[in-house]
Amino acid sequence: MQTRRLTLKQGGLAATVMAAGLLPTMPAHAFNKTAFEGKSLAEVLKALGAGAASASADVTLTAPDIAENGAVVPMGVATGLAGVKSLLLLVEKNPNVLVAKFDANPSIESNFTTRAKMGQSSDVYAVAIMSDGRALFAKKEVKVTLGGCGG
Amino acid sequence: MADPMRIRAQATNGNILVRVLMSHEMETGQRRDGAGKVIPIWHITNVSAAHNGKEVFSAEWGAGVSKNPFLQFTIKGGKAGDKVAVTWKDNKGDSRTDEAVVS
Repeated sequence: MQTRRLTLKQGGLAATVMAAGLLPTMPAHAFNKTAFEGKSLAEVLKALGAGAASASADVTLTAPDIAENGAVVPMGVATGLAGVKSLLLLVEKNPNVLVAKFDANPSIESNFTTRAKMGQSSDVYAVAIMSDGRALFAKKEVKVTLGGCGG
Repeated sequence: MADPMRIRAQATNGNILVRVLMSHEMETGQRRDGAGKVIPIWHITNVSAAHNGKEVFSAEWGAGVSKNPFLQFTIKGGKAGDKVAVTWKDNKGDSRTDEAVVS
């Protein structure tokens, strides 16, 4: 016989099981393959759901004028703007233009430096994607004397 | 298992400057070997870092990042003795985590 008390008991048990099923999960780190396979700045921004890019003095790109070795070109992106979602580094003439995407976080400064490969002299873009979907960029031409794609 | 990372975390002006050198081939998938076969793409796809166990940094990387990648970023706040752990994952599913104590 299904009494009200029994129904409540069973319901409670089911709720416990369901709660246990919600195991704490690590934040999932996705990899946006479409963006990293993009062949142009516009393709990359579209894949990341951002609008057209406009130049901005608030985004800083750190890169050398001349890179002696295209396999190791130090470059950095920084911005002092609030409401930044992510920061990108792109090399326009690389086969796949997007090099790196850094997620902004209130606990860290929006200032990242890494080293990238460059196949040939090219414009380098630093892009800040804002929370509202706007894309702001700074660009600089970097001359490469020795390409980074040779064997 | 890949080689360990070299992590240097320094407390400067109340912030932590983190510099990481990872050991990875970062193969672009564009190069060919002696027999003319394409060398398969092999690169780090995700990098993340935790400050005292709390994730503060995450990034996605393409094959355009140099071999044995270098990374620098700054954690706001923090002091000497804090722990900074850096994790990377590559497109073959390999991953590595190393931890450093802030000096």
